[in-house]
Amino acid sequence: MSFLSYLLNGISLGSVYAIIALGYTMVYGIAKMLNFAHGDVIMVGAYVAFTAIMSAGFSSLPAVLLAILVCTVLGVVIETIAYRPLLEASSSLAVLITAIGVSYFLQNVVLLIFGANPKSFQSVVHFKGISLAGGALTISGETIVTILCGILVMVVLTTFIGHTKQGQAMLAVSEDKGAAQLMGINVNGTIALTFAIGSGLAAIAGVLLCSCYPVLTPYTGSMPGIKAFTAAVFGGIGSIPGAFLGGLILGVIEILAKAYISSQLSDAIVFAVLIIVLLVKPTGLLGKKTREKV
Amino acid sequence: MKKKKLRVNLLTYGIVTAAFIVMQSLAVTGSLSSLMKGLLVPICVYIVLAVSLNLVVGISGELSLGHAGFMCVGAFSGAFFSKCMQDTITSGGLRLFLAMLVGALVAAFFGLIIGIPVLRLRGDYLAIVTLAFGEIIKNVINVIYIGVDGDGFHFSMKDQFSLGMAPDGKVLINGAQGITGTPKDATFLAGFILILVTLFIVLNLIDSRDGRAIMAIRDSRIAAESIGINVTRYKLMCFTISAALAGAAGTLYAHNLATLTASKFNFNTSILVLVFVVLGGMGNILGSVIAATVLTVLPEMLRFLNNYRMLIYSIILIAMMIYNWSPQVLEWRERHFGRLLRRDRKEAE
Repeated sequence: MSFLSYLLNGISLGSVYAIIALGYTMVYGIAKMLNFAHGDVIMVGAYVAFTAIMSAGFSSLPAVLLAILVCTVLGVVIETIAYRPLLEASSSLAVLITAIGVSYFLQNVVLLIFGANPKSFQSVVHFKGISLAGGALTISGETIVTILCGILVMVVLTTFIGHTKQGQAMLAVSEDKGAAQLMGINVNGTIALTFAIGSGLAAIAGVLLCSCYPVLTPYTGSMPGIKAFTAAVFGGIGSIPGAFLGGLILGVIEILAKAYISSQLSDAIVFAVLIIVLLVKPTGLLGKKTREKV
Repeated sequence: MKKKKLRVNLLTYGIVTAAFIVMQSLAVTGSLSSLMKGLLVPICVYIVLAVSLNLVVGISGELSLGHAGFMCVGAFSGAFFSKCMQDTITSGGLRLFLAMLVGALVAAFFGLIIGIPVLRLRGDYLAIVTLAFGEIIKNVINVIYIGVDGDGFHFSMKDQFSLGMAPDGKVLINGAQGITGTPKDATFLAGFILILVTLFIVLNLIDSRDGRAIMAIRDSRIAAESIGINVTRYKLMCFTISAALAGAAGTLYAHNLATLTASKFNFNTSILVLVFVVLGGMGNILGSVIAATVLTVLPEMLRFLNNYRMLIYSIILIAMMIYNWSPQVLEWRERHFGRLLRRDRKEAE
């Protein structure tokens, strides 16, 4: 029974990683950049929800919606000011370093506003968990909501990309920017839309993460950010089902390693699994294999 | 062409030596603030790290996000050596030199065994695996306990008490608390010599047949392979040398600190060094030296801004990247300052 409960916790954590990883992978697919500031957008989302609930007296749902709205706007602003001038730069590292600059910027702005003291985040989930098998297995409300959110996000996102014009435009831009432009697609608009969606998802992930692990500091986002980035690569960066799968597997491995092997070494184990997978499948689990042409 | 290269190299050595003489004489005459004095060794450490990372990122063209991992390995093995030899070797300089050799060798060994699998991957996948290795190294060193008593060394990965030592035993590496009481052997002179050795190794490598092969691989792997360059061998060479230099820098760093913990060598440290390399110009060794110096001193200079310090730093970083790399800004610069720049270039030639 304890195994089952660990597994559920793992899937719940994995769903959070998956939602963050979706943001990473979409941005990578379309702009070919590693957005290291993504983890900090999560943190901003959590702080917005925190303030809305604690200071403005919002109830859960409006607070989450507000966080999504703020992060979406933030994502577009970051993209326009910091990334867009560099997307065509001769070195792809330029935009990577800028993303790191944005990450420091967000951390320090939050540090100035809220201070370095950790805030205890109040869970946005208000119903009690369910108890199965005569109390041997309890599933918390947060776990259920997180898993459901993960599935919902995945379904909505797949439908959006597969069945709407904007979604198709995103696919087109990620495949070939020049050709997409010739077909009359607004490339800059599509990239901005991708950042908007990714950042909105980050807000959801931030709220869910802090509902499960209720300590909020300006650096809360960076480690989940790195792990989710790992998850995106694990599943094959640029692939949406891959990011989801990668996130889930990573979350489960992390929780099981914590429970059965060593809590201090769990991160090392997660990364070791990643390395082994990449050595066997160099483009990730569901990554496309591209042939090199001379 | 060859003459010009020689001149640039001599300029690099010259600037470093001049800076050393100026700073050292300022330090001796006591006209340097204690803050700046404390920064001298870290500046040397970061210069060596930046130059060594530039070898991987700029010269061989592979993005590595785990440089702090090699620094960590070097720091711990070097500090461990010094602690063991504290009573045997009494000369601080000799002990530091030997510790650096140990640190460099151990880091080179790690570079080699990590490089063999990692270099099979390309681009961002390679970057993420180096990141992963950096995190693994940090995590594993965090749970290592080593002690020594009359019976020899004791090793554990659980806690201090499971070492099972005699009462007179001494804990050398204490898990997350790391190593305390490493002899403070690091001096500015040692740092300066390490920089010179690093520059000598890296600049000579770049100008050698091997260096040209490495740059050929960077520019076109397939073309290089087709003319018979052994891609894996050269990449591995580059990676290992870079790791060894980072290890030596880590040892120097460790001998400047009272307490050495593995958590210092996190992802942010790797990124910090990468920022030096990119801002200094990829493949530009003198650029790395200058960027490492300026960006180590800058946050300290901004201390009067208190809480706004890192905020301003991040804004400067973003602005510098856009100013240096954005195609639109470059075009604008060319249009307005183009004449000026061209004249400068002519004079330089």
